[in-house]
Amino acid sequence: MLKDITLGQYFPGDTVAHRLDPRTKLLLVIIYIVGLFNANGWASYAFVILITALSMAISKIKPKSALKGLKPLVIIIILTAVLNIFYTGGTPIIEGWIITWEGIARAVMMSLRIILLIVGTFMLTYTTSPIALTDGLEIMLNPLKKIKIPVHEMSMMMSMALRFIPTLIEETDKIMSAQKARGADFDSGNLFQRAKALLPILVPLFVSAFRRADELAVAMESRCYHGGKGRTRMKQLRMQGIDAWALLLGAAFLAVIFVMKRFGL
Amino acid sequence: MSSIISIKNLHYTYPGDEAESLCGVSLEIEKGSFVAVLGHNGSGKSTLAKHLNAILTPTEGEVLVDGISTADEDRLLDIRRTVGMVFQNPDNQIVANVVEDDVAFAPENLGVEPKEIRRRVDNALRQVDMYEFRQHAPHLLSGGQKQRVAIAGVIAMEPEVIVLDEPTAMLDPKGRAEVISTVTKLCREKGITVVLITHHMSECIGADRVIVMSNGNVIADDSPENVFSQVELMKSEGLTVPATTELMFELNKNGWDLPLTALGVSDCAKEIAKELK
Repeated sequence: MLKDITLGQYFPGDTVAHRLDPRTKLLLVIIYIVGLFNANGWASYAFVILITALSMAISKIKPKSALKGLKPLVIIIILTAVLNIFYTGGTPIIEGWIITWEGIARAVMMSLRIILLIVGTFMLTYTTSPIALTDGLEIMLNPLKKIKIPVHEMSMMMSMALRFIPTLIEETDKIMSAQKARGADFDSGNLFQRAKALLPILVPLFVSAFRRADELAVAMESRCYHGGKGRTRMKQLRMQGIDAWALLLGAAFLAVIFVMKRFGL
Repeated sequence: MSSIISIKNLHYTYPGDEAESLCGVSLEIEKGSFVAVLGHNGSGKSTLAKHLNAILTPTEGEVLVDGISTADEDRLLDIRRTVGMVFQNPDNQIVANVVEDDVAFAPENLGVEPKEIRRRVDNALRQVDMYEFRQHAPHLLSGGQKQRVAIAGVIAMEPEVIVLDEPTAMLDPKGRAEVISTVTKLCREKGITVVLITHHMSECIGADRVIVMSNGNVIADDSPENVFSQVELMKSEGLTVPATTELMFELNKNGWDLPLTALGVSDCAKEIAKELK
């Protein structure tokens, strides 16, 4: 049952979006976020929604799977909307009410902003494998090495964590079965009791994770790992023509947003 | 033949331990040979293995790999690229999400050119018969396949010696056979020196030389035939001899006269047939 969990939400495919260099996609997401936060009028929101829908169509993401990604954040979206409705001054809908027209407009905009932000960034993780993503991040953050930020180590940790997710899930499954076989009950009782029932799973899981880490470190050392210094890569990331076009379109998107902002749309 | 690893009077005590784990081991391992090291748990065989590529350094004595002392920290990378190491648990030595990326890990660490890495990775994967799995995720492979990927990851360094520390302990019989035949092939066809640490006697049959360890000492060091025919000694060490040797040993007890040096199933059958005539 635990095996069904997909992390990183990557969907393999062969669309234009999949073929883009991860660095391009990271840049595009940054451009997208900047654009989104500079959109202030209904017209510019409509424009951002149009662009989002277009990109989703290009990368062949079904609206259904994009909406599924929103599920865990429903509470935050509702909370934002409610707060905005009640805490924005202006003309009340009905005389004497605390709810104002401005409040409703703001609530809708803020919720839209959060939804678009999530859908937009999900597009990155939908079309980029976690490994390509960490590789792209490492190269992009490379200049930070100059100010002694351990970029290589951080990306190594990230990719290692991703590598061990399935292994640890399998292990959790095994421990759960073992504890169930000895009469453990994970499915009944109130929230507190259930949380407590998880303890006999977490303790062995942690112990074994630390042992794994120890063995892995020795194995890595045996294979000559000595940090990022002097390391090469088999798979070189290469920017292609398609990446230049994508970035150009991104710049155009940003330009349109700023022009619209200038005219208060 | 010249020796690639020479161990001189090696003593080792784990920090915090009182008793020595290795008490004066001296061995020469010849280039291109297939050496099996046998012993029950705690006999010091894994400790010995860890000395071969400087994961541990001697408390006393010396280990020379291709003439370089393992205590020489400046030459650590040279030692580790000469002696590759495969461990017991395949899950804990695979570092990447894709088979070929994992095999590329060691050459990447050594700063090899990308094109050359590609060549080595393809080559290594072909040698362990895992080429068609190069794009797979390691956690979806069987134990034997994972262990073969781990071996490919070591071969990609182009080492002279491969040390395998109980590589089959966590595998099913099929995976075990896969790993042993891969290792044997590498030794016989590519001339890579193999040091196989194990407690399965049957895995040692194809070896050139079997070293038996007990309590940090070498108690037997000879060809597999000569080692296994010392059935009493093996049994006193808690090691089970191959089933064929066991059978002939029991028959001999009952008045038969079979040579205990016939190890393979067909050899054993021939000997028994000869005796029956």
